[in-house]
Amino acid sequence: MTAAPLLQVENLQMHLHLRRGVVKAVDGVSFHVHEGETLGIVGESGSGKTMTCLSILRLLPIHGDGRLEGSVKLDGDDLLQLTEEEMASRVRGPKVAMISQDPMTSLNPVFTVGDQVSGPFRYHKLVRTVREAMSAATAGLRRVRIPSPERRLKNYPHQFSGGMRQRVVTAMAIACSPRLLIADEPTTALDVTIQVQIMSLLRSIQRDSKLGIILITHDLSIVAGLCHRIAVMYAGRIIETGKVRDIYRNPQHPYTQALLEAIPHLGQKRKRLAAIPGQPPNLMDLPTGCRFAPRCPKRMAVCDDYPPATELGDGHVVNCWLAAKQ
Amino acid sequence: MKAVFAKGLLNALVSILGASVIIFVISRLSGDPVALMLPMDAPQSAINALRQELGLDRPIWEQFLLFLWKAVHGDFGQSYRWQMPALALVLERLPATMFLATAAFAFSLALALPLGVLSAVYRGSWVDQIGRVIAMLGQAVPSFWVGLILILVFAVTLQWLPAFGADGVRHVILPAIALGWYPVAAQTRIIRSGMLEVLDSDYIRMGRSVGTPERLLIWKYAFRNALLPLVTIMGVYFASMLSGAFVVETVFAWPGLGRTVVEAVFARDYPVVQAGVLITSILFVLSNLLVDLSYSIIDPRIRP
Repeated sequence: MTAAPLLQVENLQMHLHLRRGVVKAVDGVSFHVHEGETLGIVGESGSGKTMTCLSILRLLPIHGDGRLEGSVKLDGDDLLQLTEEEMASRVRGPKVAMISQDPMTSLNPVFTVGDQVSGPFRYHKLVRTVREAMSAATAGLRRVRIPSPERRLKNYPHQFSGGMRQRVVTAMAIACSPRLLIADEPTTALDVTIQVQIMSLLRSIQRDSKLGIILITHDLSIVAGLCHRIAVMYAGRIIETGKVRDIYRNPQHPYTQALLEAIPHLGQKRKRLAAIPGQPPNLMDLPTGCRFAPRCPKRMAVCDDYPPATELGDGHVVNCWLAAKQ
Repeated sequence: MKAVFAKGLLNALVSILGASVIIFVISRLSGDPVALMLPMDAPQSAINALRQELGLDRPIWEQFLLFLWKAVHGDFGQSYRWQMPALALVLERLPATMFLATAAFAFSLALALPLGVLSAVYRGSWVDQIGRVIAMLGQAVPSFWVGLILILVFAVTLQWLPAFGADGVRHVILPAIALGWYPVAAQTRIIRSGMLEVLDSDYIRMGRSVGTPERLLIWKYAFRNALLPLVTIMGVYFASMLSGAFVVETVFAWPGLGRTVVEAVFARDYPVVQAGVLITSILFVLSNLLVDLSYSIIDPRIRP
């Protein structure tokens, strides 16, 4: 993978200006994704994973005034420089699409699945007639392995199970063959057996189309099975990133170590579940130094300054004074 | 669909029966009509004769059952005052009121729907502020006053539209505005808050993330969802147009049911009051039934 990356995010910031203050939801994040590669973004709730991805699509929350800074280069365009019109007409759909967390609420309850799945084909002028749109939608549902797709087009979302709805959402997202797919905890709301099906579906789509995938999750077992690289986020920043193997075998940041410790293993009897003491910091009032320092068991005096990025080789980078000092 | 309809119809019958009991009892609380129909110095024998003729000398439950039995057969009795069958009188005046109420309702929706959607989409902007002022004005100012001002401006000063009478579309415009402005505030608020909620939903974000044009997203995909809470109470609004029509009918000399019933109340003309109020309550119940049916058309989840 020496070619230019498909997606290059540099110093991305999303500060949400509310009446009560400024929420630094995403605060200087940089990463890249290559064609056919899957990047896992992990972190606890509120660490900015979802906001990072919504910022790439420039879909900000409707409440408050969200301000974006930095650059998001996708396939030759800097998405932050495009107009809203250009984003809708040539980026969202054909270049990047997303699957969100909850399949139960991601589909419009009062329109048929056929209407919704055929939408992207119609908006991006890939079809000319209603009949073409419907046959494209049928093909879309078949691609995500929904049985008897012609008949299902006339159904409404509530007539589908959770797993089937997530397939419908996936069909919508990949309708225009995007280069990048953002999957925001696509399996959190589903049963374990369905999770496996959705994950293998994503993998086969990726194999067919060299799709770049960003997989947001807090489930580290999913990351291990599907991702090539991981970025660990904490309080709006990436604190450690690298290949899956390096992160699992040789985690450098105390937060990453604690996350891995917290995974329960089969066969370990009568051991208390490891937890990370304390709470993540308030995103309106962040510490100036390392943001994990208040909860860190290996905290030092120098942690009052923000740690520099330390390159450990093969793309393994960590922001921690422990690594910087070695 | 049949089951929904049958259940709605059964509910409707029960409601109408209840309404008829209330109408019957309340109209009799207003006093004795015979006292108004005969001269002050009429002899007791004449009073008794008239009471007997009208059936007012019988026990009240008997009167009620008789009323009910006849009502089912379409006979509400003769009007004491207009000397014609009460039902015929009511049905003669009804179309004018229906026309006015429908026009007023259409006016209120034509104003509330775009106002509600735009003030949600451009929340906090001048569109939102102006929408709020227009809507609140209708709610704050009584409809008879709006009526008078409309007459003054558009009929007297500008002479664009007629001030009174009921002769076609031009005549209905001013009374429809006077009657239809009041519910605009509430309807706008319902649409606005519905749109705000829907625009923040996952499925609208999903639609946006595949490049759905903003215009379709708002007016097609979000709008239909935001309409649901309004549709639920549309029946009540339409019915309130029917009953609220009395004041406006008086201001614009509109020959409708509302005015007739009020005149009948003053005359203690029981048959007309009973027929008028019962027909209005049947319309009320029917419009709610219609709303239930249309609700299941808009929202596939409650289709049987």
